[in-house]
Amino acid sequence: MNVTLKVWRQKNADEAGYFETLEARNLNPDMSFLEMLDVVNNELEADNKMPVAFDHDCREGICGTCSLTINGQPHGPGEGVASCQVYMRSFKDGDTITIEPFRAKPFPVIRDLVVDRTAFDKIIQSGGFVTVRTGSAPDANAIPIPKETADLAMDAAACIGCGACVAACKNASAMLFVAAKASQLNMLPQGKAEKDTRVLKMVATMDEAGFGNCTNQYECSAACPKLISEDFIGQMNRDYLFASLRQKFLRRKKNA
Amino acid sequence: MKLQANEPEGPLAEKWQKHQANIKLVNPSNKRKYEIIVVGSGLAGSGAAATFGEMGYNVKCFTYHDSPRRAHSIAAQGGINAAKNYQNDGDSIQRLYHDTIKGGDFRAREANVYRLAEVSVKIIDHCAALGVPFAREYGGLLANRSFGGAQVSRTFYARGQTGQQLLLGAYSALSRQIGLGTVEMHPHEEMLDLVLVDGHAKGIITRNKETGKITSHAADAVVLATGGYGNVYNLSTYARNSNATAIWRAHRKGALFANPCFTQIHPTCIPVSGDYQSKLTLMSESLRNDGRIWVPKKVGDKRAPQDIPEDERDYYLERKYPSFGNLAPRDISSRAAKQVCDEGRGVGPTGLGVYLDFSDAIKRLGEDTIRERYGNLFDIYHEITGESAYQSPMRIFPAVHYTMGGLWVDYNLMSNIPGLFVLGEANFSDHGANRLGASALMQGLADGFFVIPYTIGNYLAECRDKRATVGHSAFKDAEENVNSITKKLLNTRGRHPVSHFHRELGKIMWDHCGMARTKEGLEEGITKIQKLRKEFWQDVNVPGDNEEYNQALEKAGRVADYMELGELMCRDALERDESCGCHFREEHQTEDAEALRNDEDFAYVAAWEFKGVDDTPVMHKEELKYKETKMATRNYK
Amino acid sequence: MALTGLILVLFVIGHLIGNLQIFAEPEVINQYAHFLHSLGPLLWLVRAFLLITVILHVWMAVLLVIENRKARPQGYEGEHTHRASYASRTMQYIGIIVLAFILFHLAHFTLRVTHPEYEQLRYVLQEGAYQGTEVLDVHAMMVMGFQKPLVSLFYIFAVGLLAFHLRHGFGSIFQTLGLRNKYWAGTIEKTTITFAVAYFLLNAAIPLSVMSGVVDNENVNSIGESAEVLTLPEDASSESTE
Repeated sequence: MNVTLKVWRQKNADEAGYFETLEARNLNPDMSFLEMLDVVNNELEADNKMPVAFDHDCREGICGTCSLTINGQPHGPGEGVASCQVYMRSFKDGDTITIEPFRAKPFPVIRDLVVDRTAFDKIIQSGGFVTVRTGSAPDANAIPIPKETADLAMDAAACIGCGACVAACKNASAMLFVAAKASQLNMLPQGKAEKDTRVLKMVATMDEAGFGNCTNQYECSAACPKLISEDFIGQMNRDYLFASLRQKFLRRKKNA
Repeated sequence: MKLQANEPEGPLAEKWQKHQANIKLVNPSNKRKYEIIVVGSGLAGSGAAATFGEMGYNVKCFTYHDSPRRAHSIAAQGGINAAKNYQNDGDSIQRLYHDTIKGGDFRAREANVYRLAEVSVKIIDHCAALGVPFAREYGGLLANRSFGGAQVSRTFYARGQTGQQLLLGAYSALSRQIGLGTVEMHPHEEMLDLVLVDGHAKGIITRNKETGKITSHAADAVVLATGGYGNVYNLSTYARNSNATAIWRAHRKGALFANPCFTQIHPTCIPVSGDYQSKLTLMSESLRNDGRIWVPKKVGDKRAPQDIPEDERDYYLERKYPSFGNLAPRDISSRAAKQVCDEGRGVGPTGLGVYLDFSDAIKRLGEDTIRERYGNLFDIYHEITGESAYQSPMRIFPAVHYTMGGLWVDYNLMSNIPGLFVLGEANFSDHGANRLGASALMQGLADGFFVIPYTIGNYLAECRDKRATVGHSAFKDAEENVNSITKKLLNTRGRHPVSHFHRELGKIMWDHCGMARTKEGLEEGITKIQKLRKEFWQDVNVPGDNEEYNQALEKAGRVADYMELGELMCRDALERDESCGCHFREEHQTEDAEALRNDEDFAYVAAWEFKGVDDTPVMHKEELKYKETKMATRNYK
Repeated sequence: MALTGLILVLFVIGHLIGNLQIFAEPEVINQYAHFLHSLGPLLWLVRAFLLITVILHVWMAVLLVIENRKARPQGYEGEHTHRASYASRTMQYIGIIVLAFILFHLAHFTLRVTHPEYEQLRYVLQEGAYQGTEVLDVHAMMVMGFQKPLVSLFYIFAVGLLAFHLRHGFGSIFQTLGLRNKYWAGTIEKTTITFAVAYFLLNAAIPLSVMSGVVDNENVNSIGESAEVLTLPEDASSESTE
């Protein structure tokens, strides 16, 4: 099969970007989308042109590195997949496919389709953890956790930190990412002690980074390669509300 | 060179405790005066950096990824072993130790393996405390499963994403330290050289992937936790960017490379479908708990699997290994698959595949149970192949999955270069000639969280007066070395892209240094690699410049290193004239085509010293002395 | 947004219930209107509170839109929507139209600046504590307004937009306040749709019944014959039932 690609090219964050049209020929429908880009890149290299820069690593949908917007859809067609799990059989011979980076102000373009997602790391650094010193933990079975809670925490923890939620959100909001981590830790007994500070700090860091606001449209969940539920956003909103009230009225120290 | 393993004295079970008691402590107020560089942010790297930070050291952590959370530890599916004996099925530290050393076919160091089993228990405690959502039973206690042929259920898991959850746990601990300012994180910085000052590792040279800037970083010790080197084979279950550059460049600076030929080939991966293939996807070994592996009895039988009657199927693992059956260890299963494919009984369009059939299990347990157990794996399979494993059997084939070899380290995880420590898959220490399932995560976390934070103390306490700054001429020299490699790569402007050479090298390695090896094959492989390496430097085409985000350039440097490492792997395989674990020399097999070990002549660690790209490396032996363990022959019949 | 939204939702529900009294005899709604007016300063307090709520709601919406636009300076070439409802994507636009409608509606019926002739519609209360008091005939005013098809159509259109706005807004309140979870998500979604549809139908029922003659008013008929009064360009719901 053959397809025409309309690819976003941008040398670095400072230079303006543009769309370039490239032809991808003689493809096998069983090829992955990224393998198709590999083939295109090999041809570009043969012509002494810069290959299209795109992020990828594990190519099995778990590392969260790949980050393509394919025809306006973060991670392309298909439910619950990352860009690396999109196969050419999802397209028709002769299709024109638009490939863009994940677009959001806190995700500046590094080159072509590669964006900088350190804003996510900063959010985790502000509170996405349980404070526990190495070697100080009690026996793992000392704190039983109801299976239902553990399973729900796992649902939230499945987040791969790819940023598709931000890319898909009409407002470039990072609520699903933040909610997934905050909810996971807040619902486990281990994370309860830091529940309030965690949610307050993570949300504050998210806002500082310049992400947009949640307007409850749930595009994020639909585009999430792990289909993480928007319910966690509701849970975080609740945690945030109570944490704010407690902080305001119970005069807890801000950085407690 | 005399290799000092520095194993503590005393009975095996007491070595680690004794050693901990004897390790020199660094005064708390002095800790912040020490700088430690950690390269890599997987389980071992994140764990080490986080714990160093917590202890009060100044830490710089480097990763070529955009975030420490991307390290390939994340892709481990099945689980993590620990001798908790929560299932009351007779597990113990002693038993986990024994299984591990036996699984490694008695080519690992006794004391290291015992320590691994010992600290495994703490890992689970720590990770549960970090909020890792391990699977649980209805009573709220941790669930376990049996994994990879173990006779006890000691594997902890988090759905099919155990590696991800553990890595994210370690990443959260690291993130906390970054937030607190004790760890300075350098994402998108790739280590390109190790800097030695007076024979001690005192820093690294990195390239910033976004700007191409080459920077020197000085420290009191350098910790490499950069993972394995299976991408030498081009097609593997490794992430595309996993590479050997950090350990290889350290090797070129004098660090010994131990047992490079020990490569694990995982039996259950999705077969190759075409030339464009970039990656092989692993299907968790846990599938073998309920799936039955078979091929047609007849050579060249191209009927659809459903049309092949029961008595014309060969359930070869069950036939050959009645007691372990489909759960036979990885190397045995892989080789058996290769064997039936070599006989022409392989299935699928390429003939390189065997069936993994769930129809019996579905009949016995119902589709819902199977869906509950393996749903996500069946989904992955469907995504990639477009086939449903509920309807027809999966097709699987072995693929390169893990490298047991790595830089040589002593009991303290320090290489032969003082101040250079190596953790996790990047070192050689714990898995011998073969790694058990669910033990990689265990080793990474053990090394990072529970071993190196203690054992580095001895070195740091001694090196107080040996500090280095980036002003030292050694840093300038190393920077120049890095720049000259880059220039050479960019200025060749040959005819072929890097991927062409990688693919060619991969083919040579798979054919000559794969699941079954022979003297002739390896010798041929070495010649072919040498030729390919020459071609590479004459004919590679790397577009663009250094001073920009240039993925082709990154890849070129890595493949350049593979060109040298591949040859060393073949040499090591050639030198090891025995079969052991995953290293199968066709010359040495029993009548039943089992690996025939030679403990008399080969019970040693082969640690190779770099002498120059075109010069023959020198092998140093660390004799393996089993004081408390009887070297038995593996028998999985 | 959610808190102000919640207040406004409660208000429009109350407002609707008030208006639905038009289906009873004129006495009922006129009693109700007079009761509200008799509250005096309290009524003004409530009105002020509602006005502030509206202003806050709008102000926050403006901030939200500005922030959200800033968060994505470069849009997508291939815009794609997975599941965001049309209502949710048009909140700000429909919000502006609804705001314009509300402003007009207030000027029209609450302040009666556009139609001073409504003052002529008088009614003497028949029952209760205010028996014998002459008041503005709200029932007649509504009927008079809605007898003009253009007015009614505009009213139905505007209420339709508001219902559409609520189709996203109503359920959204639960999520933002953290009251939504996987057990309630379905119920909330169904309730939201039911609410929006019911809100529209019940509101639309008022002008439709007036136009079809189901609801009639003698007072209007008598004035309508004698006077030139009504040249309403457009119109909407009832007396202020804040």
